[in-house]
Amino acid sequence: MTVLFDGVASGILLFLISVGLSVTLGLMNFVNLAHGAFAMLGGYVCVVLLNRFNVPFLATLPIAMIVAALAGVVLERTLYRRLYGASHLDQVLFSIGLVFMSISTANFFFGDHQQPLHLPPMLKGQFHLAGADIGAYRLFLIVVGLALAVALQWLVAGTKFGASLRAAVDNPRAARGLGIDVDRVFVATFALGTALAALGGALGIEMLGLDPEFPITYIVYFLIVVAVGGSGNIKGSLIASLILGICDVEGKYYVPQIGAFVIYLVMVATLIVRPQGLFGRSATK
Amino acid sequence: MSLTFDNTRSRRAANWHTAEYGFWMLPIVAYFVFPENLALLSQIAITALFAVSLDLILGYAGIVSLGHAAFFGVGAYAAGLLAQAGWGDPILGLACAGVVAGLVGWITSFLVLRGTDLTRLMVTMGVASMLYVSANKLTGITGGLDGMQGVDMKPLFGQFAFDLYGKTAYIYCVAVLFILFWLARRIVHSPFGLSLQGIRQNVFRMPALGTPVNARLIAVYTLGAVYAGIAGGLLTQTTQFVSIDVLSFSRSAELLLILVLGGTGSLYGGILGAAIFMTMHNYLSDIDPQYWQFWLGLLLIFVVLFARGGIMGALRTVAKRLA
Amino acid sequence: MRLKNCLAGLAMAATFTGAASAAEPVKIGLVLALTGPFAAYGKQIEHGVELYLKTNGDVFGGRKVELVVKDDSPGTAGDVSKRLAQELVVKDKVDILAGFTLTPSAFAVAPIATEAKKPMIVMNAATSAITTKSPYIVRTSMTLPQNTAPIASWAAKNNIKKAFILVADYGPGYDAEGQFKKTFEAAGGEIVGDVRAPVKNPDYGPFLERIKDAKPDAVFLFLPPGAGTIAFMKGFTERGLGKAGIRLIATGDLTDEEILDATGEDEIGMVTSFHYSEAHKSPENAAYTAAYHKAYPNDRPDFMSVAGYDGMHLIATVLQQTHGNTDADAFVAAAKGMKWISPRGPISIDPDTRDIVQDIYIRKVEKVNGKLQNVEFDHVSAVKDPGKQ
Repeated sequence: MTVLFDGVASGILLFLISVGLSVTLGLMNFVNLAHGAFAMLGGYVCVVLLNRFNVPFLATLPIAMIVAALAGVVLERTLYRRLYGASHLDQVLFSIGLVFMSISTANFFFGDHQQPLHLPPMLKGQFHLAGADIGAYRLFLIVVGLALAVALQWLVAGTKFGASLRAAVDNPRAARGLGIDVDRVFVATFALGTALAALGGALGIEMLGLDPEFPITYIVYFLIVVAVGGSGNIKGSLIASLILGICDVEGKYYVPQIGAFVIYLVMVATLIVRPQGLFGRSATK
Repeated sequence: MSLTFDNTRSRRAANWHTAEYGFWMLPIVAYFVFPENLALLSQIAITALFAVSLDLILGYAGIVSLGHAAFFGVGAYAAGLLAQAGWGDPILGLACAGVVAGLVGWITSFLVLRGTDLTRLMVTMGVASMLYVSANKLTGITGGLDGMQGVDMKPLFGQFAFDLYGKTAYIYCVAVLFILFWLARRIVHSPFGLSLQGIRQNVFRMPALGTPVNARLIAVYTLGAVYAGIAGGLLTQTTQFVSIDVLSFSRSAELLLILVLGGTGSLYGGILGAAIFMTMHNYLSDIDPQYWQFWLGLLLIFVVLFARGGIMGALRTVAKRLA
Repeated sequence: MRLKNCLAGLAMAATFTGAASAAEPVKIGLVLALTGPFAAYGKQIEHGVELYLKTNGDVFGGRKVELVVKDDSPGTAGDVSKRLAQELVVKDKVDILAGFTLTPSAFAVAPIATEAKKPMIVMNAATSAITTKSPYIVRTSMTLPQNTAPIASWAAKNNIKKAFILVADYGPGYDAEGQFKKTFEAAGGEIVGDVRAPVKNPDYGPFLERIKDAKPDAVFLFLPPGAGTIAFMKGFTERGLGKAGIRLIATGDLTDEEILDATGEDEIGMVTSFHYSEAHKSPENAAYTAAYHKAYPNDRPDFMSVAGYDGMHLIATVLQQTHGNTDADAFVAAAKGMKWISPRGPISIDPDTRDIVQDIYIRKVEKVNGKLQNVEFDHVSAVKDPGKQ
């Protein structure tokens, strides 16, 4: 039972760090491989505030999100928007360039060792419940993750902003014709995506660590979630993350020898059967 | 409007341009001008061949791959194992590498037939990752993370041993690159090659023209795998070592960068991209061993913003302006 | 700094043209992973080398020493290391090759050392077999079996009857696993579980659960120092394995000064065997750590920096003995059997294997003056590499 709980927590963590990419990739059709760099930014903001300025952990999270959102807006206005119409390959090249620069910058300012993170005592330790050992931090992640998923789904499907966003993505010209400021919608969405990345990065430090190589180390995981879940789909990302997390953890417990395989196998198998991901829209370029 | 297909343009494109003759003089010149850098130049030649292999499937057939290192690595290990087993003849090793890699490519080709760009990126990456994990597990055979040693190469044609200066290695790599490039060039200008471009541009129309789309894709993907495998074999033979890094994600990603930097769909883009990327990497790394990545990242961003279509794209624009 | 050395070296060479070759600078090609996933290691080694030159000057045996540093990122790509070594020998014309953060790097470059007849000083790569790959290789770091055997013996003598082995799924992990099993079982211990975890593994949950289920007296751990260790330690504490009476033993890689602060209190009480601790009490180490903190205030000295420092010491001493002669055979002959007191303790180079012989200490993680340290409480003298015996 504990292993199942751990799998769910692992899945939720995957969701938290990848949902931002699902938003930017799916809703804006921009292959932003620098997603990990924004996550890393969030992580470093959190660590600096926590360690140097003694800001309580929970308070660092919204600050990290705001900082990343601001960074996102600045980069979007100056660089990203020039590449909206560009080929996916150009976007890949560009975002990898950003990743390289961000790694070097992080290395320069913070050095290349792991950043220490000391959680508030409330979030540490385990307690026993229903035959399983529940880790406090993991439980916290699950609660935050689910709340976030619900909030995002409501935002996209139930608000006017969400409707404008979906309209702007499906048909920017028609959307403009209806008076929707497509530019502003895109900026807002990008800011949202980067803020989510930062949140995921900060929440993930406890389990994933934080060093300048973060964007490259974990890029594979973000992409897997988005590919399996179908991009642009909040529900899809959540379900894909859960499946991947549970399979990965259970696989490592029962058959440790094949541990690392499982996640790739699940991904390839899913994509063979449904190339657009579990919940993606049908295959069009 | 004429009802007959005027193929003069494509026939003319198939002829060798003067600039191309000039280009292929460069490796020969380089041999004499940079005798102390032959190790790096050999690596550039190998990477160029690897990039050409990716261009075949990406630039011409439109298959995006983030896992092309799978075939490179398989070829590298195949050549390594053959040499370890005592058959150290280089040409035999390359043939073996090509065949084994081609086989793996053919077997996995069905995975890239369907889906969007993202699907293909992920599936190819997944296959390469699984091969990486397997190679690590089979440490007894591959040497795992420590690498495979004991790759003893016999002299090329029984005459030319692989020396410390890298002279034999360089000539060998450039020769193989040229031969395979020439072959690839003929292929892409053939009706087969033109049909690939058609598939890339409008995959839904091609069946109406009677093109067996899937068969073509499988064929070119296998061909790309063969080329990549041979490149991997070259690496093993010239370094007498196989590291597990040949199957790594970073190798695939770097290759994609190189090709996009150089410009897809022209074969030369891969070669130029390899030359420029590796030279810049080497140069920047020497100046600033700690932070060269920063400058390389900046360079990449500049290229994307101001030189769309990569270096070949930029060259074409310049050529057009001069014409 | 490198540029300064270069210019100074050129100036020296210019003034001494026509004089005997003894006045030309000795060029040392340093091949290290300075970027990529193992950048932290390469940087420590470089610090150690530079620190030696800072505190002892750079003229030995009448010749000035010049470093040519190359980054062989990612460190696992032997072909990159080999090419860089080739360039160092052919283009930069170095006299000595040194560094080698990881085993594939050392394996790939060994044939070059042999063919070009250059001494090759290994300053980190820890696989036993490395010194056998070329007659010109001398190692100043350690080998994994050398560090593993003592903790296995210690465990058997200290009420640990059942042990669970958890190692990372790669070469060094297998080395540690093999040696621990051999020594522990020979001393009468029982292995109740043996698992290999993927090298890049963010979550040790499932493995920790397995350990909990097996109820061993102790877990022997080997993971590459870094994010993995931290994740494991956090999980270990969180799941209360320590409270359940399971002890944690490992080689000192897991309590490396680099990551000690990040793992925090979770590692207190952990017992490890290793060849260097920042808290080692000796005048040489006091001087070393003081100099290190002054030169690199944001880092802590660890075993990799000491290996770099000792490697440079070896080169300097040999140069003094041979009066600046860098001929490979003469160099290796002078290096064999050399003994000295390093910041880590007394060390020597085994004349038969050219590998390092050193004292291995049993230490415990404790808080000393507000900082976490590996406090030594026992040691085994002059341990040779058991991997070659």
